[in-house]
Amino acid sequence: MERTEKPVINWGQLFKDGVFAAIVAFGLFALMLGFKTDQTLNNEMVLVPRPMLLWSVVGLVFLARIAIGYWQASREGRIAPPKKATALWMLKAEKYGLPMVIGFLVAYPMFVLLTAGPQGAIKWIDNFGIQILIYIMLGWGLNIVVGLAGLLDLGYVAFYAVGAYSYALFATSEPIKDFLAQLIGEGFWQAWAFWICLPVAGILAAFWGVMLGFPVLRLRGDYLAIVTLAFGEIIRLVLINWVDFSNGYAGISSIPRPSFFGVPFNATDEGFSAKFGLEFSPIYRTIFLFYVILALALLTAAVSMRLRRLPVGRAWEALREDEIACRSLGINTVNTKLTAFAIGAMFGGFAGAFFAARQGFISPESFVFLESAQILAIVVLGGMGSLLGVVIASILLVGGVELLRELDFLKLYFGDGFDPAQYRMLIFGICMVLMMLWKPRGLISAREPTVFLKEKKIVSADHVKEGHG
Amino acid sequence: MEVFVQQLINGVTLGAVYGLIAIGYTMVFGIIGMVNFAHGDVFMISAFISLIVFMAITAVAGFSGGVVFLALLVALVVSMVITALYSWTIERIAYRKLRGSFRLAPLISAIGMSILLMNFVQVAQGARNKPIPPIMRDTINLFERNGFQVAISYKQVMIIAVTAILLAIFWYVVQKTPLGRAQRACEQDAKMAALLGINVDRTIAVTFVMGAALAAVAGTMFLTYYGVVVFSDGFVPGVKAFTAAVLGGIGSLPGAVLGGMLIGLIETFWSAYFSIDYKDVAAFSILAIVLIFMPQGLLGKPEVEKV
Repeated sequence: MERTEKPVINWGQLFKDGVFAAIVAFGLFALMLGFKTDQTLNNEMVLVPRPMLLWSVVGLVFLARIAIGYWQASREGRIAPPKKATALWMLKAEKYGLPMVIGFLVAYPMFVLLTAGPQGAIKWIDNFGIQILIYIMLGWGLNIVVGLAGLLDLGYVAFYAVGAYSYALFATSEPIKDFLAQLIGEGFWQAWAFWICLPVAGILAAFWGVMLGFPVLRLRGDYLAIVTLAFGEIIRLVLINWVDFSNGYAGISSIPRPSFFGVPFNATDEGFSAKFGLEFSPIYRTIFLFYVILALALLTAAVSMRLRRLPVGRAWEALREDEIACRSLGINTVNTKLTAFAIGAMFGGFAGAFFAARQGFISPESFVFLESAQILAIVVLGGMGSLLGVVIASILLVGGVELLRELDFLKLYFGDGFDPAQYRMLIFGICMVLMMLWKPRGLISAREPTVFLKEKKIVSADHVKEGHG
Repeated sequence: MEVFVQQLINGVTLGAVYGLIAIGYTMVFGIIGMVNFAHGDVFMISAFISLIVFMAITAVAGFSGGVVFLALLVALVVSMVITALYSWTIERIAYRKLRGSFRLAPLISAIGMSILLMNFVQVAQGARNKPIPPIMRDTINLFERNGFQVAISYKQVMIIAVTAILLAIFWYVVQKTPLGRAQRACEQDAKMAALLGINVDRTIAVTFVMGAALAAVAGTMFLTYYGVVVFSDGFVPGVKAFTAAVLGGIGSLPGAVLGGMLIGLIETFWSAYFSIDYKDVAAFSILAIVLIFMPQGLLGKPEVEKV
């Protein structure tokens, strides 16, 4: 990179900054880290001083501040590379990256199976593969609402919950089971429940999307975010308190697992392994679930890509850029917003039904505000409107914090009480803040225009106004 | 009637706590137009700081009446200072650089900050409830009828009195001092204020500091009133205080206090007469209803749509 002149590093100033940061850090942490509130066996509260921890954190802040100051000083006078190059790179990434990622995802279970063997593979396919894919699907679903239509939704987890509870309640409902047992035969509902309830869950979630979308049509920006947050919390609180309906905190258990289109995954003669002449192993179900969620996620991606090119998709993007201009050009903003809410919610419902089927057990604990924040973070960090960005952000955020569970060897250095998984959400929060400081527009922030005159020009997100929707 | 008066007292006490937090939301929204999502967690941190200071003093000096009162006072002051430092740091690190960035960025950053603070406290202090021994349990009996005792506890008197005093000081600062004038100028038009020689960055930082100091008062009161605090205590009181700010009219300081009182009263009456299980549902519903039907709030200015 070019420099206009060699940067001068003022070490005295750096040292001063470092000392100042250390003093602030001491003020912040002297009580919170310096003392730990603990309960004795007699239930008395005592304070345990932790001077070592405090001083090492303060020292770390001192060094970090100097390092950041040095880095900033050494970059001064540097000419930034032309923007266009990065934008072009992003477009290429979006164009070629997505098929590559999809190819990798399709091959992933086989790859893991070959490297880790059937025993070790379950963990990698389930904890990483399926977990990340659920978030990718939720991210792509929310992307329709936030990324395309510009409607900031902080209560997306409500639709996830609607989907999960509709599947769980229908599939475990005795009347439906008895009715179908008389009509078609015993065992039919157990085997087919997932495939019948999946569309129902999606439709119910879409219905709730419209129901909750209707009152908020006039709201925009932060206010919309807060109201959707309130709706999400209301749904969760109702699920907790309406025990007759949802069994409250205890949740719903023994939800039927999905079958291989009618063939259950069990060790009986009728089971999947016996029918296909394979040795029984739980891995087949995991692999099957992986491909189900992959198919659902790809469906979401395909639908949102197609919709973007349809009139309704263009209306969404127009709405995101400028609602008033949109209305004066004769676009029905009510219908446009409601379709965005409904379609986004529908995919949330699909993901919810899949989640319930995969877990076999759900409770309101799974649908807290933090989940909504996590999904929104994935969409925004990925770059609003970018499908590939959502994939990258999910892998980094969900996979990254999931990896922390694997870091047991750290116990060797920090002692047995050290549990890396404890720091998952802390690191998640730090990542969210740092990403916003580093790239507020997200990782993939340029996009190809859907409509153009003569020549395609890249739309860098910096030129696009934010969604006021 | 007796139950009504008793609930009125309880509601005003709770409302004082919500009102103090709501001021932080409303001032920050007024001056930079962002919802400071982490404010609820700042409130929670202040309660923890009070807890630690209180425990440290009572551990050294014993647990007699005079010491408890002094310890609370010291905890209040220390908590105000350190919480203000937290809020200043948060603004400096997570929000200042994003000013003028696109609108979602500060909100996302604030949500990230909220998650960070909550989990920082969980990691640093543990996930369990942190109780303090019961303090100031004496009550003043107001009157008795039909065998129902209407009483106000010293705690409640203290909470209401401290809130009133601090609000008066705060009101004086905002209305009568050059600092308050600078704040109001930035709220009306930051660019113009900067042209007239006001240090906008500093004024915004001071706003965060003041909001946090009042939240610290609320945090200390919350700790004395309920006698227990846990790392996740920031979210629900935070949302309720935000509801209070919106209900009173966001950007309006008397509105925040009025909204806080109303939310506190609604919550206690709802719990007393309807169902305690659904009290949070009631608060969230009020938030949604007010934002949808009356976004300018009770005392706020209507927002004009600009093209």
